[in-house]
Amino acid sequence: MSEDLRPLTAGSVDADVETLSEADVDVGIHRILEPDGTYDPDAVPDVDDETLRDLYRWMVLQRVVDERATKLQRRGRLGTYASGRGQEASIVGSGFALDDADRVFPYGREAATLLIHGLSLRDLLLYWRGIEDASKMEGVNAFGVAISIGSHIPVAAGTAWGMKLDGADAVAFANLGDGATSTGAFHEGINFAGVIDAPAVFFTQNNQYAISLSFDGQTAADSVAQKAVGYGIDGIRVDGNDVLAVYEAVSAARDRALAGNPVLVEAVTYRRAAHTTSDDPNRYRDDEEVEEWAERDPLERYREFLRAEGLYDDIDEEALREEVDEMFDEAVDAADDFAEREVSEIFEHLHAETPPELRRQFDEFEDLLERRPDMYDYIERRPKG
Amino acid sequence: MEATIVEAINDALHEEMGNDDRTLVFGEDVAQSGGVFRATEGLLDEYGGDRVLDTPLSEIGIVGAAVGLATYGYRPIAEIQFSGFLPPAFDQLVTNASRIRWRTRGELTAPMTVRTPYGAGVRALEHHSESLEAAYAHIPGLKVAVPSTPHDAKGMLISAVRDPDPVLFMEPKHVYRSFREEVPEGTYTEPLGKAAVREEGEDVTVVAWGAMMHKTREAVDALDDVDVELVDLRSISPLDRETVVESVKKTGRCVVVHEAPKTGGFAGELIATINDEALMYLEAPVNRVTGFDVPVPLLAMEDFYIPQPPRIEEAIRETVDY
Ligand SMILES: Cc1ncc(C[n+]2csc(CCOP(=O)(O)OP(=O)(O)O)c2C)c(N)n1
Repeated sequence: MSEDLRPLTAGSVDADVETLSEADVDVGIHRILEPDGTYDPDAVPDVDDETLRDLYRWMVLQRVVDERATKLQRRGRLGTYASGRGQEASIVGSGFALDDADRVFPYGREAATLLIHGLSLRDLLLYWRGIEDASKMEGVNAFGVAISIGSHIPVAAGTAWGMKLDGADAVAFANLGDGATSTGAFHEGINFAGVIDAPAVFFTQNNQYAISLSFDGQTAADSVAQKAVGYGIDGIRVDGNDVLAVYEAVSAARDRALAGNPVLVEAVTYRRAAHTTSDDPNRYRDDEEVEEWAERDPLERYREFLRAEGLYDDIDEEALREEVDEMFDEAVDAADDFAEREVSEIFEHLHAETPPELRRQFDEFEDLLERRPDMYDYIERRPKG
Repeated sequence: MEATIVEAINDALHEEMGNDDRTLVFGEDVAQSGGVFRATEGLLDEYGGDRVLDTPLSEIGIVGAAVGLATYGYRPIAEIQFSGFLPPAFDQLVTNASRIRWRTRGELTAPMTVRTPYGAGVRALEHHSESLEAAYAHIPGLKVAVPSTPHDAKGMLISAVRDPDPVLFMEPKHVYRSFREEVPEGTYTEPLGKAAVREEGEDVTVVAWGAMMHKTREAVDALDDVDVELVDLRSISPLDRETVVESVKKTGRCVVVHEAPKTGGFAGELIATINDEALMYLEAPVNRVTGFDVPVPLLAMEDFYIPQPPRIEEAIRETVDY
């Protein structure tokens, strides 16, 4: 092309070009219980009374476990711990919507989801004590905890793909935070799931923060749910402090996923505790905001509902808390009783058959430990495990 | 002033932000909260939100954007919160950062610094304890620096920021706050690509870096009857072959200590270098003390994984008695 055919300056031409903006995407929020406690009785999901009460019991369990685990960490008897305080409705509501055959891909804050799915409280504590055996997820249809944020999302897509190939009546359920939605893994995983019509539910707990970063610094988008549109999958935005709405939304998402439409669910909630026990949230958010969200407490909101339905009278709150406390005490004892770890364990399970070089490293190390008992002075095993 | 490593890094960042207004600091949680290790504390107040930014949780974005800024004339200093989260951005380091000068025949350069705390020993969660320095040193065009003292941390970080090419600056977080030393006020540099002889000795050369420098020193102190020459490698790439080789020629023996797994670890490169250039001076095979060929265990067992002083002592003795 000759030089003089090139435009010499960039400039605006007067043209009518349509742009697509997020205002074109209408993202409502699914909710059953209003923050002020009112609700439309006809909108309440059709489940039996005992299930309605169980939802409450599990939320209490999540809260007590978080409180006790945080205290345990302070006393040096647990490693870093991530509390789900404030997110109980999202954690329990989603957990209740799952089937045992579904594979859960956790990211760490959702104790009750894993306990509902079959994990023992002892193993949950062992995990936070940094004991590898707990990552077996014994008796639980779950993948390991995705400490590398977002890393599990494409994996969930792949598992869902397998489920589809098998004709399994199950979904892959990935739990994630709003921070995870900025990772490349999120975008690649969701796009992939969309293309292969994978039975996958990507459940984002938008708790407004990723450590210190608030949601508006995480993305220029108004919501996580709307991102589904760009990938051609379904999106649902739900009030994450309304346990009934979450239960219903994830159930619906699961059905859609089973029919070949992966779903991105956004539960709008709030992390009321620190990011983890090693974080100080006072550095980045003010009490006023925390107070505001405390007023939208998921347990209180649901308690009001149960009262209105005449279901709360059957719940002895004090006895319930005591019961969870007792379970927790027992789990701590069981964790304390868990056999001391052997050095051999760090050399095991990496390969189906330990290669000679690794075996040699282990033998040499064992020999050294025998010759130099002072090695143990350098080897602290805290917290208890 | 007396400073810890993390304070010295903070001081270096303040210096360079003050010295050059085309420097930018960004990463997860670095601005408002001053970084999860407080390495970037105070920068936002002093230099404002245009130059000190909290980014989305996006390692590819952070490192890729650094390449874009750097090739456009800025001096980005990016933080990756823990080195275990660098792997997603490995692609950007390999595909863009390290080779842009070469690819454009010198037309574009990427004077960028990626800082990241690395290593085990702080009882962190999974993926928080890796030391993959050998993997990064394997990328042609990428400099990899590992200070072990507050003095070096400050001087080497300033060098890294001023370096015309990309530098991965790996900070041994296990010793971030474990001791203080005198750190000069104001701007000074310590060269990249230059090892430091920490102690002169005649019997054996011991090479270490990062947190392992301190474990090694403890081992050396316990061996009163062995005269050790202790070399702090400081830069993994480019490698200061000369200091290592000269030292080995003098002592005739060498032990390399690193925390990363043994197979494919950087000790292998050092041993090959010594074979190339000082084989005839050796009186014993070069020995190494390393982590094992496994992922770093979770916190209950991580101290078994880390090379502890008695292990290092034994290896030194074995080499001296060979
Ligand atoms: C890939 C990666 N980068 C950085 C981190 C450090 N980190 C741990 S949790 C976290 C924030 C996660 O936020 P979000 O996904 O919203 O989940 P939340 O903790 O708020 O529940 C960060 C930055 C990490 N674990 N993984």
